[in-house]
Amino acid sequence: MNEEITQRVIRVIAHNQHVDPSTINPDSTFAELGIDSLDGLHILFALEEEFGLDIPDDVARTFTSIRQAVDGCAAVLEKKIIPA
Amino acid sequence: MRRVVITGLGVVSAAGVGRDAFRQSLASGTSCIRPIQALDTSMLKFHFGAEVPGFDSSNHFSPKESALLDRSTQFAAIAAAEALTDSGVSLDPSRSAVVTGCSLGGKVTEEATYRELFAESRTRFDPFTIPKVMMNASASCLSMRHGVTGPCFTVSTACASASHAIGQAFWMVRSGLVDAALAGGTEAPFTLGVLRAWESMRVVSPDTCRPFSKDRAGLVLGEGAAILVLETLDAAQARGARLYAEICGFGMSSDASHITMPSASGAAQAMSAALADASLSPAEIGYINAHGTGTPANDPTETKAIRSVFPTPPPVSSTKAIHGHALGAAGALEAAATVLALCDDTLPPTANFTTPDPECDLDVVPNQPRRTQVEAALSNSFAFGGLNAVLAFRHL
Repeated sequence: MNEEITQRVIRVIAHNQHVDPSTINPDSTFAELGIDSLDGLHILFALEEEFGLDIPDDVARTFTSIRQAVDGCAAVLEKKIIPA
Repeated sequence: MRRVVITGLGVVSAAGVGRDAFRQSLASGTSCIRPIQALDTSMLKFHFGAEVPGFDSSNHFSPKESALLDRSTQFAAIAAAEALTDSGVSLDPSRSAVVTGCSLGGKVTEEATYRELFAESRTRFDPFTIPKVMMNASASCLSMRHGVTGPCFTVSTACASASHAIGQAFWMVRSGLVDAALAGGTEAPFTLGVLRAWESMRVVSPDTCRPFSKDRAGLVLGEGAAILVLETLDAAQARGARLYAEICGFGMSSDASHITMPSASGAAQAMSAALADASLSPAEIGYINAHGTGTPANDPTETKAIRSVFPTPPPVSSTKAIHGHALGAAGALEAAATVLALCDDTLPPTANFTTPDPECDLDVVPNQPRRTQVEAALSNSFAFGGLNAVLAFRHL
């Protein structure tokens, strides 16, 4: 996992969920963090803003943990998908 | 209590202006989902919608009338006029009601006005902006056009608006509060702001609407209006009116759980309430017009709800694959579809069906309409916000 992306994802999610970033680790699942589907939508929105990218719905559906969010963002960044 | 029947139907839908076009699309199972024309969608993640094709206000309204009515209200006015002509009823002003459903109000007008304000820094607005964008514009318009002085109001419960509206009108006629009612819903949601907001919820399909299919990818927005004329059975028979069907039950519930995730128990409670209100047993229901949005969340939840109320579920179809998800008008279009299914002895199919989903293990009348006479049917509407409304109809 890319360290810089990991830290940015954790920072965005911590800010979005109003929790201390130290309470989130790369192996946390959204369920463990109490993140439901609506929180998930807000987090996707915040991640898109943070990285200036467009996360397709099918990639977004795989996000159920910090690790998946980091890998997903990294994959989208690498492919340099141009926001639709 | 008095029995209530539907004697007139008026429809504006993605099939075109008029009941016949709608009826034909249902009877043939033709999806009216097409590339969106109202605006350039190249910057959006989705490009398909169920718009009223080639709608030209000047074919229906004078320039002066048109200037006073948002697109959504124009749809309602056209549908109501068609329904009243179809019915032939003459409304007793103080003994009649108008109840309309609408989720968004006059968004086409509102967004054009915001563009003037924020993008063009204009300081003077069309003085009719407020009466054009208000949610009750359609109820007021129908009341004025047809001289209805009894109870007139608008119900707004997102995607269940029109079903709640028709249910309220039905109960008023049944109880004797009024003798006739115009009831239905209208919506015109094709504006950039509305489309962007739906896009951000990630529930809109990038291609088409495939309810109950394994590969369903979300809903497709639609627009239009449907208005039903409700009368007592006795009055309708006395004047020799043509009867489409009886409206015999209405059930409501609230999930009281999550603002967007549907709950099977809330939906089931509304279906059970409609059956109880109609004094129908589950076995008497021969068809359900599903809410069936084609989203990953709705369809399995609705399947679970249906299975919990119906030990042996009847055929279930979602006509949203044909006319799109018309939000505040959805319940009215689907009530009209259900009434026509009973009247024409033809169940409209779930169009665009490709692959069965074990989580949606129902007879969804895939792709082909089915000729069969059923005694009674339900029409389901479940809204964001967890508000559910189910209507019951009986064959006459």
